[in-house]
Amino acid sequence: MVTIRLPGTALRLALAATAALSLAACAHKPPAYPTTAPVAPPQAAPEPPRAPTAAPRVEPVSQGALPGSEKDFVINVGDRVYFDFDSYSVRGDATPLLEAQAGWLKRYPAVQVRVEGNCDERGTREYNLALGARRANAVREYLVSHGVEAARISTVSFGKEKPFDVGSGDAADSHNRNARTSVIAGARMP
Amino acid sequence: MTMLSKRTLLTALAALPAATLIPAAARAEIEVNVNRGDVQPLPIAVPAFGGGPAGGDIAGVIAANLQRSGLFRPLDPASFVERDLNAAVQPRFPAWKEINAQALVNGQVTVVAGRLQVDFRLWDVFAEQQLLGLQFASSPENWRRVAHKISDSVYERLTGEKGYFDTRVVFVAETGGRGGKTKRLAIMDQDGANPSYLTDGSAIIMTPRFSATSQELTYMELRPEGSKIYLLNLDTTRRESLGDFKGMVFAPRFSPDGGKVAFSVERGGNSDIFVMDLKNRTTARLTADPSIDTSPSFSPDGARIVFNSDRSGSPQLYVMAADGSNPRRLTFAAGRYTTPVWSPTGEFIAFTKQVGGEFHIGVMRADGTDERILTSSYLDEGPAWAPNGRVLMFSRETAGGASRLWSVDVTGRILQPMPYPGAGSDPAWSPLLN
Repeated sequence: MVTIRLPGTALRLALAATAALSLAACAHKPPAYPTTAPVAPPQAAPEPPRAPTAAPRVEPVSQGALPGSEKDFVINVGDRVYFDFDSYSVRGDATPLLEAQAGWLKRYPAVQVRVEGNCDERGTREYNLALGARRANAVREYLVSHGVEAARISTVSFGKEKPFDVGSGDAADSHNRNARTSVIAGARMP
Repeated sequence: MTMLSKRTLLTALAALPAATLIPAAARAEIEVNVNRGDVQPLPIAVPAFGGGPAGGDIAGVIAANLQRSGLFRPLDPASFVERDLNAAVQPRFPAWKEINAQALVNGQVTVVAGRLQVDFRLWDVFAEQQLLGLQFASSPENWRRVAHKISDSVYERLTGEKGYFDTRVVFVAETGGRGGKTKRLAIMDQDGANPSYLTDGSAIIMTPRFSATSQELTYMELRPEGSKIYLLNLDTTRRESLGDFKGMVFAPRFSPDGGKVAFSVERGGNSDIFVMDLKNRTTARLTADPSIDTSPSFSPDGARIVFNSDRSGSPQLYVMAADGSNPRRLTFAAGRYTTPVWSPTGEFIAFTKQVGGEFHIGVMRADGTDERILTSSYLDEGPAWAPNGRVLMFSRETAGGASRLWSVDVTGRILQPMPYPGAGSDPAWSPLLN
């Protein structure tokens, strides 16, 4: 058998590797980030407590939503309109709802909304962010063209990150191609 | 402290093999051809290194790395005939020929004054030659990195190309149901070991990317109020925003020198590509088109940018000069092309292609020719290159299922899930570590 000694180059390399690895060891430690236990998915906000003595409701509103409240908007107007695949054109079947949104927003001028554009999962992440932004903006432009002040409407795109319908398939996809008008300020508290 | 550069170390590595013990005329008979799609993986023996349990662990990591590359077939240790290997002594080659091991990696682990020292040898069994003899030293808890460096040395010696094992992968770790996913920035070794979170989950994290020159990331954070692009230095843990923009900002990616970030800015529903010089924080607009323009990726020489646009009516890939001039369409075949990523060698562009109900990861030459589809599934998305340009990592999702990290080599032959067991998306590979 032949005994093999490390040649001089390897010894030099060993020193070099030592230096590199020890420095790398410092750098390789996981950064001291504040990490937490897994965060629960966002839950629906709990209903605000009711006033102790509930006044009799006199408004002719279905399902007890206070006029001018967020609930009123969601239930009696509707907060979401739908789009065709890879399209941001406001569909004909969406215009009555958007006209009702515009009417409601003009009736409650203190309300601020954010239009959130959403996409189905049949697209890639970055393209869908851009597509969702187009959808949000299409709804915003529709509302503005129907008399709502532009400054009251912000937009955001969630791309395919926040599916409204958590299923997969054509039905879920058609639900997830939407723009949601979200009341963010100025609504009456029930 | 002085920092030894990667270049110095690699030069030493490259210079070593031929210079050590083997006369030039008697160089290795074995080689692994990385370009052939029908290549038979090279049978290789990686017995447990001597020196206690760490020796077995190191050999196990090396064998797993080589196996995952698809270019090597580590032999079952139960078949080994020579059991009393000593790293200081030449192996009995007939014992390794007998089990048809073409190559043999053996080594010895010692702990000297609290330091881990690993000597290893790579042998050409049939030529009865030593191809490599190296020693690495480190702190004992860094034994996996030593194993990755040995893996890279073996890969480079036998393929003639740089390895990619001593690298990390940044990705988005997903927890929770589809309706309320928590998506955190996370990082792990390329073999799935040592995963750790880098953000707390209060915001959705998307599309992290490594700088090719430093331990720096850029990524997008999405909140109901809008999005931001951040830079994060992993060494200093310093995080900073690219700034406030009027609309959405997304799809960030570094220039090859790490000095710029190209990204999309949305205004009034229209997305265009901008580039920010990180030194002086000036921003230049590269596209001004009413279409969606996004997913910019620089060529490795920094001269051009491939990007995604639907200016033709459907999403396709385009190339423009890095100043935004001379945009030219690359893809004309049926299908929707997105997420282009230029390979580190400059030769290829990887992409996601959607045809009907199927998603594919593919590569084409940088001029748009020779398209090669590598994968097919319900949803494959977002290829990321290993630093040597041989392997792509991507996200795969089944209908209704969780997103997982997968990899495929550029020939399409080696398709496999990554060892990381959790749900994840948007992987990006680091350069080789120093």
